Amino acid sequence: MAANKAFNATRGDKIFDVCNTIIMALVLIVTLYPFLNVLAISLNESSDTVRGGIHLIPRAFTLENYSVIFQYQGLLQGAQISILRTIVGTIFGLISASMLAFTLSRVDFQARKFISTFLALTMYVTAGLVPTFLLIRDLGMINSFWVYVLPGVVSAFNVFIIRSFIDGLPYALQESAKLDGANDFTIYLKVILPLCKPVLATIALFLAVGQWNSWFDTYLYNASSPQWTTLQYELMKVLQQSTQQSGAVNANDMAKQMASISPESIRMAITIVVTVPILVVYPFLQKYFVSGMTLGAVKA
Amino acid sequence: MESTTKQASSRKRDQAASLNSRKTGGFWKLFKQQRYLYLMSVPFVIWAFIFSYVPLWGWLMAFQEYKPARSFFDQKWVGFDQFITLFQDQQFYLALRNTLAMSFLGLIFGFIFPVIFAILLNEVRGMVFKRTVQTVSYLPHFVSWVVVAGIVTKALSTDGGIINELLVSLHIIDQPIQFMAQGQWFWGIVTASDVWKEMGWSTIIYLAAITGIDQEQYEASRVDGAGRFRQMWHITLPGMRTTIIVLLIMSIGHLVSIGFEKQFLLGNNLVTDYSQVLDLYALKYGLEMNRYSYGTAISIFNSVISIILLFTANGIFKKTTKESIM
Repeated sequence: MAANKAFNATRGDKIFDVCNTIIMALVLIVTLYPFLNVLAISLNESSDTVRGGIHLIPRAFTLENYSVIFQYQGLLQGAQISILRTIVGTIFGLISASMLAFTLSRVDFQARKFISTFLALTMYVTAGLVPTFLLIRDLGMINSFWVYVLPGVVSAFNVFIIRSFIDGLPYALQESAKLDGANDFTIYLKVILPLCKPVLATIALFLAVGQWNSWFDTYLYNASSPQWTTLQYELMKVLQQSTQQSGAVNANDMAKQMASISPESIRMAITIVVTVPILVVYPFLQKYFVSGMTLGAVKA
Repeated sequence: MESTTKQASSRKRDQAASLNSRKTGGFWKLFKQQRYLYLMSVPFVIWAFIFSYVPLWGWLMAFQEYKPARSFFDQKWVGFDQFITLFQDQQFYLALRNTLAMSFLGLIFGFIFPVIFAILLNEVRGMVFKRTVQTVSYLPHFVSWVVVAGIVTKALSTDGGIINELLVSLHIIDQPIQFMAQGQWFWGIVTASDVWKEMGWSTIIYLAAITGIDQEQYEASRVDGAGRFRQMWHITLPGMRTTIIVLLIMSIGHLVSIGFEKQFLLGNNLVTDYSQVLDLYALKYGLEMNRYSYGTAISIFNSVISIILLFTANGIFKKTTKESIM
């Protein structure tokens, strides 16, 4: 767009710019307001929040809501499991995707075409809820930590993103390493991986966010084992209470357990606890995931 | 995204073919040479086989009367009975209608808004402002549906929800509307939440497409006296055409497999008639009632529909552009 600036802006252009700025500002507000509102309520005294009218600034500032929710055992346990599954799931996912991507980027690899098609098909054909559930059950992974990690280790989508990145690296690097007597695993470890840092950062972010945000696997497989609960699942139970009277622990019960804090304050505080780790991380990885998403996308 | 990796892979495949033809030596010799490549890929291939292909075998269950206590081979085979029961259930047609309705709404709006947003964002002059809007617009994508459902429920509540507050203070309505308790709002709520969550993220690819447009076109049109709107309409939009079409076809392929997270989290007993999608139907009337065969029949139906849609979309695409994405 730099070229456009060389021309003098006409009156129509100026009007357009003003309107466009207003539209963009609206997008900013609509995106940010809900988060700021949740934050304000979570930092506001529960008894005061009930009066309503909290928008962006807490009226009666307090950290009590946070100190109260962290007395709840389920949340502490959930936080630990969520962190653990995020770390383990990301590491497993990175290893599998990068290794597969490396082998698939090797044009001389015999099984390349087969594996490529084999993986691509998994993106289109999914067995569905019941067959997957029965498989997990038969593998004995119900009520266990591993159900969070193992089923998702191989992701065709991630493999293909990393592969198109490796495809863009000069092949001569691999060949010269080969001439120096390096085997394929050494090439992967010493040559390819260090060069792949940007795309690995992207995939790590996708994997970590996916792990951190999932709740349905806890709901389906681990609902009856409190030791494997996750933060998202705990939040889900608390939030569902506001729309329907479904059993389990709900915010009202929790509120009774927790002194005089209203369910709404609890919901908002947990929402912030669940959201903040992501908010802190993603802006720093922006340049990586933007290029990761657009890898090869504009060739057409 | 898949389509782009597809393109890359087909390009690479040509290279591979030419390289392979140059190779001499038997299969086993090469196999031995490439043992590390096999060691690094085969374990994960087996892994993918277990978790993605083995469950497909369970599709046979749909033609049985599956009883949990018995082994697979001792089950009673019932042919298409499960499907007949399915097609006779009134709930199924509601679920199908809801799935298709929310899929199409999601498809249309989940594509119009990001395209418009990308075009407008591209026209923003101040770089800092542009960056800020971009960064902020990615935010909801990274937040879980659990959190988004909480935010949406809060914003739409009759008890101090911002939407009702605004509508009342602007005198558009006199009484707060019970959005979450009335079925007719549900499709709209799901679609709007989806747009809110994913609009910024979807623009990444469109913005990349815009960056690829030749800047000289803009200069030339300037000389011809074209204003900003005509530039957007005649240069930016056509420049995004291929990307738009490819993404559109891809999303048509995934149309029926929209998932159920949103519907599960935003729905409640009062709006079931509008919120129950096929996957939720399979969960509630299949899995949770231990009717495994019935639940599988629903999943198969779901898959068949999405494959038909994908091929139809690809066929139309092929006819109009002489290209295939598959």
